[in-house]
Amino acid sequence: MNYPDEITYGNKEHFRLASFSLPSSLLHWSKPPPSRTWTVVMTYQQDYLSPCLYPLSALSDIISTVEFNHTGELLATGDKGGRVVIFQREQESKNQVHRRGEYNVYSTFQSHEPEFDYLKSLEIEEKINKIRWLPQQNAAYFLLSTNDKTVKLWKVSERDKRPEGYNLKDEEGRLRDPATITTLRVPVLRPMDLMVEATPRRVFANAHTYHINSISVNSDYETYMSADDLRINLWNFEITNQSFNIVDIKPANMEELTEVITAAEFHPHHCNTFVYSSSKGTIRLCDMRASALCDRHTKFFEEPEDPSNRSFFSEIISSISDVKFSHSGRYIMTRDYLTVKVWDLNMENRPIETYQVHDYLRSKLCSLYENDCIFDKFECVWNGSDSVIMTGSYNNFFRMFDRNTKRDVTLEASRENSKPRAILKPRKVCVGGKRRKDEISVDSLDFSKKILHTAWHPSENIIAVAATNNLYIFQDKVN
Amino acid sequence: MPHLGLLHPEPLPLRQPTADPSNTVLSQSLRGLWVLVHTSRRGGRLHGDPLWVLRGPALRPRPSGSPSLGGGAGGAGGADAGGQGTMFARGLKRKCSEEEAPADPLQRQSLLDMSLVKLQLCHMLAEPNLCRSVLIANTVRQIQEEMTQDGSWCLPGPQTAGRLPRDRLVSTEILCRSARAGPPQAPDPADLASALQAVPAIQVPGAVPAGPWGRAGPGESRGGFPRSLDQVFETLESHSPGTVEELFSDVDGPYYDLDAVLTGMVGGAKSGPEGLETFASAAAPPPGTGCKADLGELDHVVEILVET
Repeated sequence: MNYPDEITYGNKEHFRLASFSLPSSLLHWSKPPPSRTWTVVMTYQQDYLSPCLYPLSALSDIISTVEFNHTGELLATGDKGGRVVIFQREQESKNQVHRRGEYNVYSTFQSHEPEFDYLKSLEIEEKINKIRWLPQQNAAYFLLSTNDKTVKLWKVSERDKRPEGYNLKDEEGRLRDPATITTLRVPVLRPMDLMVEATPRRVFANAHTYHINSISVNSDYETYMSADDLRINLWNFEITNQSFNIVDIKPANMEELTEVITAAEFHPHHCNTFVYSSSKGTIRLCDMRASALCDRHTKFFEEPEDPSNRSFFSEIISSISDVKFSHSGRYIMTRDYLTVKVWDLNMENRPIETYQVHDYLRSKLCSLYENDCIFDKFECVWNGSDSVIMTGSYNNFFRMFDRNTKRDVTLEASRENSKPRAILKPRKVCVGGKRRKDEISVDSLDFSKKILHTAWHPSENIIAVAATNNLYIFQDKVN
Repeated sequence: MPHLGLLHPEPLPLRQPTADPSNTVLSQSLRGLWVLVHTSRRGGRLHGDPLWVLRGPALRPRPSGSPSLGGGAGGAGGADAGGQGTMFARGLKRKCSEEEAPADPLQRQSLLDMSLVKLQLCHMLAEPNLCRSVLIANTVRQIQEEMTQDGSWCLPGPQTAGRLPRDRLVSTEILCRSARAGPPQAPDPADLASALQAVPAIQVPGAVPAGPWGRAGPGESRGGFPRSLDQVFETLESHSPGTVEELFSDVDGPYYDLDAVLTGMVGGAKSGPEGLETFASAAAPPPGTGCKADLGELDHVVEILVET
C-alpha cells in the first residue's frame, strides 16, 4: 500500500502523515487472558509548512483539545495557535476488508486569532480550549470551538461540484460584454476536486469575564452552555447577542473567593439537567426547571476527606479537572489530580468507584507543586458502552480502567514506540525497591510529556491521544 | 502572536544562594513584590505593604544550612510548555523533601514562601489563571492557619522591630486609610504578617490588601495578633536606632516612588468585586516597557539591600 508523504487538499495545506498497517498479534496484559490488543493506526504530527498569518512557533502546535463527532466519522483537534484540524475516517472499501478505516486530514482552518482587550490591556489567547460537535442534521457538519472568551459555531461543508456555463461570465470568471451574448444557456453542475470549506456561522462573544473552560451542547440541540471560572451561560444557537446566566458563584466581595468552576456538562438525555465541578472537589447537579438562576443545586456530590491523607496539598489535588456524563446518563466521572472517580447520580455522599491513576505521585506532591505540575488539568473519557474509562498521565502514559473486570493498563503514546506494525506494550511504573527490566522508575518520568487530552470513538474501540503536538490514533483488535 | 503561556522567556534570574540564606529569601520575595507593584494594573491586590515584607523575611533569622528558596519561579506560569522537564525545575535547588507534606515548620515556611512567590508571579501573566490563584491562596491560608495554631510565627526582637523612619510608616498609614475609606473591605494585615512570618513587627493597621483579589476584613484576623500590634506601636514610639534603618536608608528614592504608586493606585481604584478588572483599568504604565524599566530598578534596589 502506498501512502503519499504529503497530501494536498483544495485549501493548499500540506501535511506530513504517517500511517501504519495493522498487524494481528497477541498483546500481553498484566494478567492473562488477554482480551484486547491496542495497535497503532496512525500518528499525526502537526508540522505546518504552509505560510501562516502568525509567526510559527513550536508551541503553537500543541494540541489543546480532541473530540470525535457523534458518529465517529470525524475527529477534530484544536491547538494552541487557534487552529482546528479535522480528520475524516476513510471508508472501508470492499477490496481491503482487513484494513480498518484510517483517519486522514479533512479540513483545517483558523478558528480563533489572538486578540487584545484594550479595556483591560490584556491579551486574549487564541488557544482552543474545547471543541464540541453538533449532531449532524444535513450534509454539513457543525462544531463549536472556544477560546478563553469567545465561542464560535463553524460549518464544515464539502463542495465537489461547480456550476459551469454562465452566461455573463466566461470560463475564467471574467465578465462578458452583454453585447456579445447571442444565445442563452443553462449552467450545469460539473464535478470538481473535493473542496472542504469551513465558515464561521455564529460568533458568541462578550459574555464571559473569566476564562471559558467548558462548552456543552444540550440534548435539545437548540441550546448550549459555556462555563467560565465563576459563571455559566446558556445560549441559543440562533441568538448571538444574548445569553442567559444560569450559574453565578461569584461572591459579592471577590476577597472571599475560595472556589471556582472547573468543568460543566449537560446531561446526555435530560435537557434540563447539567452538572458542574469545582476546585474544591465537589460536583453540583442543577435542574433548570427549578429556577432561572441555578444557584441552588439539586444534588451535591462530595466525598468526605480521608483524614489520614490530609496535607497542605489536599485541596489542590482534590480539584476536579474534568467531569463527564456516561453515555447512559446514569453516572458521572470526575478526574482530580491523582484519581478518576465514578459517581452514581443517585448517590451523593461518595463515588461508587475510585481508580488510582498515578498514586506513586502522592509522595512527590511538594515537588509537583514547585514545578506547577500539580495544576495540570487532565481530562477523562468513557468508551461507547461505558465499560471502560481512560485518562492521561505523565511520561506520555495514559491509563485505561475496565469497570467490569477491574483490570487496568498503562500504555504509552510516543513516536519511538509507534512504528509500523507496532503493538502497544503495557507499561509499568516502579514505585520502589527493585526495578524490573521493563519498568520505569518514578524519578525517571518526564513531567513535560503529559497526556491531557484523549478521545474515544462513540461506538468502536478507536482512541485518539494527544501528546504535545502529536496526535496518536490507536485501535484495538479483539482476539 | 501565540501566547506562550510562559512568564518570561526564561525564569526570573534568582540570586544565587549566598552564605547567608536570609538574603536569598529577601531578594526572592522582594523581587516578586516589587514587580507586582509596578505592574499593578494586572496585579490587583498586593500582599500587604511591600516595605513591611522587606523587613519581614530579612529579619527573621534562619538557621544555617537551611534550604534556600529554590522557588517556583522557574516553573511558574508554565502551562503546557515551559520549564517542567524533569520533576525538579531545572537548575533550581530542590527544597521540598520527598515526603508528602512538609511537616516541620521550616519546610512549611518554605512552602509558604514558594506559594507567595507563585501568587505574585502569576499576576504578571497576561491574564492570571483564576483557578490556580484560588488554589494557591487557599493553600497559603491553610498554612497560615496552622501556623497560627502552632503559634510558630516569630515575634520581633528589639533590634529587629521596625526601625523604619517614621515618614515611611506614616505614608503607608495614609495609604491604608485611603484604602479603608473607599472600599468596604479593608485588607488584612494580620494575614500577611503571619503569612510572611514577617515578624509582625510592622503590623500597620489596614495595610494594602493581601492576596490577588483582596482578603478578608481586618476585624477577623487582627484580633489574633494583638501582641505584635502593640509591639509595633511601641517600637514606633521608641525610635531607637537599629540595623534596619541603616538597611533601608539608602533606598529612599525607589521607596518614595513606591508609595506614590501605591497611593495613587489605591486611591484611583475601587476595591471590592472587580478587583482585577478595576486595577487593570486604573492608571497603569504601558505593558512591557514599564515592566522592564521597573525590573532594572528592582535589580538596583535588591543589590543595595542585600549588600548592606
